[in-house]
Amino acid sequence: MHVVLVLVLVAAGSVLFHFLSPWWWTPIASNWQYIDDTIVITFWITGVVFVAVLAFMAYCIWRFRHREGHRAAFEPENRRLETGLTVITGLGVAAMLVPGLFVWSHFINVPADASVIEVVGQQWQWSFRLPGKDGKLGRTSVDRIADDNPLGLDRSDPDGWDDVVLQGEDLHLPIGKPIKVVLRSTDVLHDFYVPEFRAKMDILPGSSTYFWLTPTRTGTFDILCAELCGTGHPYMRGSVVVEEQVAYDAWLDGQQRRMIAQQDRTKE
Amino acid sequence: MVDVPLGAAGVPPAEVEDVELYHPKGWVTHYVFSQDAKIIAVQYSVTALSIGLAALMLSWLMRLQLAFPGALSFIDADAYYQLITMHGMMMVVYVLTALFLGGFGNYLIPLMLGARDMVFPYANMLSFWFYLLAVVVLFASFAVPGGPTGAGWTLYPPQAITAGTPGLAWGIIMMLVSLMIFIIGFTMGGLNYVVTVLQGRTRGMTLMRMPLTVWGIFTASVMALLAFPALFVGCVMMLFDRLLGTSFFMPEIIEQGARLPYGGGSPILFQHLFWFFGHPEVYIVALPAFGIVSDLISVHARRNIFGYRMMVWAIVAIGALSFVVWAHHMYVSGMNPYFGFFFATTTLIIAIPTAIKVYNWVLTLWRGDIHLTVPMLFALAFIVTFVNGGLTGLFLGNVVVDVPLSDTMFVVAHFHMVMGVAPILVIFGAMYHWYPKVTGRLLSVPLGQFHFWITFLGAYLIFFPMHYLGLMGVPRRYYEMGETAIYPQSAHELNIFITVMALLVGAAQLAFVFNLIWSLRHGREAGGNPWRACSLEWQTPVTPPPHGNFGKELPIVYRWAYDYNVPGAPEDFIPQNQPPLAGEIASRAS
Repeated sequence: MHVVLVLVLVAAGSVLFHFLSPWWWTPIASNWQYIDDTIVITFWITGVVFVAVLAFMAYCIWRFRHREGHRAAFEPENRRLETGLTVITGLGVAAMLVPGLFVWSHFINVPADASVIEVVGQQWQWSFRLPGKDGKLGRTSVDRIADDNPLGLDRSDPDGWDDVVLQGEDLHLPIGKPIKVVLRSTDVLHDFYVPEFRAKMDILPGSSTYFWLTPTRTGTFDILCAELCGTGHPYMRGSVVVEEQVAYDAWLDGQQRRMIAQQDRTKE
Repeated sequence: MVDVPLGAAGVPPAEVEDVELYHPKGWVTHYVFSQDAKIIAVQYSVTALSIGLAALMLSWLMRLQLAFPGALSFIDADAYYQLITMHGMMMVVYVLTALFLGGFGNYLIPLMLGARDMVFPYANMLSFWFYLLAVVVLFASFAVPGGPTGAGWTLYPPQAITAGTPGLAWGIIMMLVSLMIFIIGFTMGGLNYVVTVLQGRTRGMTLMRMPLTVWGIFTASVMALLAFPALFVGCVMMLFDRLLGTSFFMPEIIEQGARLPYGGGSPILFQHLFWFFGHPEVYIVALPAFGIVSDLISVHARRNIFGYRMMVWAIVAIGALSFVVWAHHMYVSGMNPYFGFFFATTTLIIAIPTAIKVYNWVLTLWRGDIHLTVPMLFALAFIVTFVNGGLTGLFLGNVVVDVPLSDTMFVVAHFHMVMGVAPILVIFGAMYHWYPKVTGRLLSVPLGQFHFWITFLGAYLIFFPMHYLGLMGVPRRYYEMGETAIYPQSAHELNIFITVMALLVGAAQLAFVFNLIWSLRHGREAGGNPWRACSLEWQTPVTPPPHGNFGKELPIVYRWAYDYNVPGAPEDFIPQNQPPLAGEIASRAS
């Protein structure tokens, strides 16, 4: 009965692999612990179902294997059993769906006090724009994109005069403050993905998308692109630095001074 | 059901006279431009299996690149993206869809329903030749300047038709045209399958007596007829964007520093069209597999399929629901986030009829008389892999859980398990099961068992650990995994392990190909009904069945296809065309 043995091994091996494998998610660095919790709930429910189905199959194959003189039972239906199983399945599904939808409503409703930053995806690099002291980002347009204006800023919009543009530099975020990440692309689809943040979102040319998070752990994290954007897709990397408010303020101050100096140079 | 009609009066009279088929006059009309559904089925199957082998080799190359980045100099990033695109599109459309509907549908629908042939044999023939033309166009894109498209099988614009993606010049056009030809060909076949099921059944074959195989293929055909048009218009619109400069899917964008003359279109519109086709497509592949596996389990466990009516309604419910879940592929696409509530709910609801099917399969095993034949082994392995892949679908369908997992290797592992490995195991099981009807000979059992164990365990070892790479944060569609702080060295070793298993499983398929060819001549003679099965295809007077299937008289059906081990019956099965036995009515009434 090697089939029975293999089924038991597949079930047991999968469970052991799950608990022993060195490949697991990275420690979280944002407020989306809820997402991890929902995944854990889902792992438990689905894991129990998987093991139960395989164990039942193994039992049946062993117990009802063909032997001389053995006959199968003729039982076309069993209304009570079928209804019972349907109800239990419905409950299991609800136990995953309800927390899932609860967290989702949290995910898509940005807190009112979130500060805005912009992430721009372009083949194949990340750029960022931070609002200055006014807290507002200026208008942009694809038609304004030029060598000296790679993000297409509308310089006639006063909201944008103090915007800080970061190209080829790390993004910095202060710890513990909710951030609304507005995403924009000037060419194809991209996806802003920092595994430690859990949250991610596609970036569309022609319209902007968003998500929000609150960083909860300081450190430097890699930014990956998670939506196929051409041959440079795997090399579209960046870094985000989460730091304490004091360090962040100092960094932002330096960036603003750099921007002003740059603008002065172009005026000359 | 077990509604054995009271005497012959329960069988309706013949409403139409038996049809006169167009009989082939020579070798060409017999074997090449054949109008016999059984020949067309073999043509479809051989073509699809050949493409499957080609797509398998493409997957070897991409796995080699992932395990040993840069080791094969001819696989640069361009080539890699071309490989994954062609592998995906070939497997999903040109192998799985064509094999289940064009192959098994053509062979089994008329035979299982007691029909002489499909109702439109000429359109059926054209269907195959359009399919073959689509295949030729698809393969020709390997030879055009710039090679095939590397846009990913989802072909998302703008990237599919802008610089930075290989195959921009010709490949994408060839791909879109090939898909359109495929859809035209499929429509001719699909209408045939649907009308044959509705109109071509023999006397006594009520809808609720049809084998579940036919239910699965029938529902899938209806779905395909409704879903493929969405892909068709998507292809037309993208061709217009590419060739005529329209902007259906193209907003204002920059291509390598230059402003393109597009504007106002929506990339996400294509995603909606694609997935309105793409999600039903999953079930277009899965429902025939569900149906076939139900029959395999029932025959080889010598037990009636448990909960037949529930199984039929589950198939129909899954088919209907699958049209309102498509945007679960787009949770992080940037569509209106409130859609997430609706699509997560519908997606998780579809788990319920799907779970019912799994319960009924395993409850068919319960109190059965299980023969571990090769088809049965594949059917059991299907349940394992399908349950595994279906359960990971509950992660991805539950909108917020999908957020960290979408576009990672978790998704790749999930859909390979659920719509790659699982349906292909059914295809293998079905081929071991029906090969004796097609050829008159059984496939070799030792070779079959060798093929089975390597394929099942190997495929499980490829795709189960792959989920954890995604959980860790490895995105899909990466030319190489690369280095980041979160990937341990062992992740690279896991990649090598997966590749080795992929090579092994791929190579084991040669045993299957050899078996198919060798057994044509040397297989054990099967007789008409080697598995002692109830359904009509096993009751033909001659095996392999000639054109017209049933000789002079079409069979009359008195019962469902699952009368195994009926109490009081002399044998452990009663064919569908067996009139009620003495005492059967009385014993069932009690």
